[in-house]
Amino acid sequence: MLLSVNGVRKVFGSAVVLDDLSLQVDEHQVVALIGASGSGKSTLLRCVNLLEQVDDGVIILDGREITDPRVDPDEVRRRIGMVFQSYNLFPHMTVLDNITLAPTRVHKRSIADARESASDWLSRVGLADKADSYPDRLSGGQQQRVAIVRALVNNPRLLLLDEVTSALDPELVGEVLTMIRELKAEGMTMVLATHEMGFARQVADRVVFLDGGRVLESGPPAQVLGSPVQPRTRQFLARIIEAGRL
Amino acid sequence: MSDGLPAPSDIQRGRIAYRRRRAIRSVLLAAASTAMLGTVLVLAVTGSPGWDRVRRSFFDPQIARESFPAVLEGLWLNIRMLVACAVLALALGLLIAVLRTLSGPVFFPVRAMATVYTYAFRGVPLIIVIYLFAFGIPGLRLRGTPGVLVLGGAALVVTYGAYLAEVFRAGIESVHPSQLAAARSLGLTYRQTMRHVVLPQAVRRVAPPLLNDTVALQKDVGLVSLAGPIDAVRAAQIATAENFNYTPYIVAAVLFVLLALPLIAVTDWVTLRAARRQNAGL
Repeated sequence: MLLSVNGVRKVFGSAVVLDDLSLQVDEHQVVALIGASGSGKSTLLRCVNLLEQVDDGVIILDGREITDPRVDPDEVRRRIGMVFQSYNLFPHMTVLDNITLAPTRVHKRSIADARESASDWLSRVGLADKADSYPDRLSGGQQQRVAIVRALVNNPRLLLLDEVTSALDPELVGEVLTMIRELKAEGMTMVLATHEMGFARQVADRVVFLDGGRVLESGPPAQVLGSPVQPRTRQFLARIIEAGRL
Repeated sequence: MSDGLPAPSDIQRGRIAYRRRRAIRSVLLAAASTAMLGTVLVLAVTGSPGWDRVRRSFFDPQIARESFPAVLEGLWLNIRMLVACAVLALALGLLIAVLRTLSGPVFFPVRAMATVYTYAFRGVPLIIVIYLFAFGIPGLRLRGTPGVLVLGGAALVVTYGAYLAEVFRAGIESVHPSQLAAARSLGLTYRQTMRHVVLPQAVRRVAPPLLNDTVALQKDVGLVSLAGPIDAVRAAQIATAENFNYTPYIVAAVLFVLLALPLIAVTDWVTLRAARRQNAGL
């Protein structure tokens, strides 16, 4: 097991965002987190990446407890890649510099070496001609693909994707989803928060429905999305279908 | 039309002609009102009962010519001090701003001192700081006390450093937290995040106000004359005392304006560019 979240609690003020939440992710597995806004999807991902401190419970990555306060968070984050809803590329750096920043500064690879693997990745995703562009010259879909490359170039053990298509125009969603599908084919372990139910059904090995900071239902996509057991899950999916998103 | 566009319709041609007539009318109106206001001001000043005496004691061409070389020589000192003080004040301001962002109990005293410093030196009038530095520090009779020039410069650096620190801090705080999250999620340490992600964006964003403070520093450099060094203001004061005529001050003022013009032009240009970039969406 690569990632194990056990009984995690996260509280913001008086709001309980994660409530005794547990989740196991095996290597090469893709887990999709679904649920309404505020159900705790993003917070869970941020806790795994130690961008937020848990208020209780334990998170284990690769057999080591990372919620131990004596653990160096920078070291943990080096093994995890994260992609955000709003891309969060560095606007003052070119695409190439965005991608090579962590390999050269954090992983201490040579500039030539980092540039080479960055170029390889950019060619793979069809953005080789954008290497020297600044992020604001790119479309949302292109920016998000660069953000994914920026995370992947560090060879993470685990990739966290936080609603990576939510800010995109509908016609740009496909290019990002195709890239994620390819990553799955290569065996990348991923936890993704998403509103794209159709995509979750295709790509996920397991769909986890969060509600009020708890795992309400979890299982193979066909079961959770097709014949959910919990009334809350049914209600949520009914609303999604009503909105024409499934 | 020769550039391939279809010829404008009659309605469009009518609009173009109308707009042109309006534009010509606005220019003429602006010229007329400027001329009128100018005439009124000139008449009011030159027609005043004391104008002859004021003209003789402030605008004497003979004395202006005589005092010019000394004032200009003094200005060279201002320029050198401006460059040195601006560089040091910017460095000090950046350092203080970064110190104020440090978290953790170890840094509490550093953070507290940086905060007290910015509060104190933004409050104390610059003249008092110059007096304290230039006359107070030598009074300690310490070995190796530098001259009044250096002490006066230090007073400027310390005062402006406090203002610039706040400008830098505003810039640092304007960088969106999602940028920090992105940097930290890549495994960058706090220092690396500051150095490579936050500060480059912060400095770019506050470049206009930083330059504006440099323009203000440019004229406040003249205040070190209070401590004794012969800069442009001091040279003008000496010339004024020799002739019982204030014209040298006007000479110094004109030179200060000329010195400030390029800096102001650069500030406006940077501000415009920053505004354009902001409107472009980052």
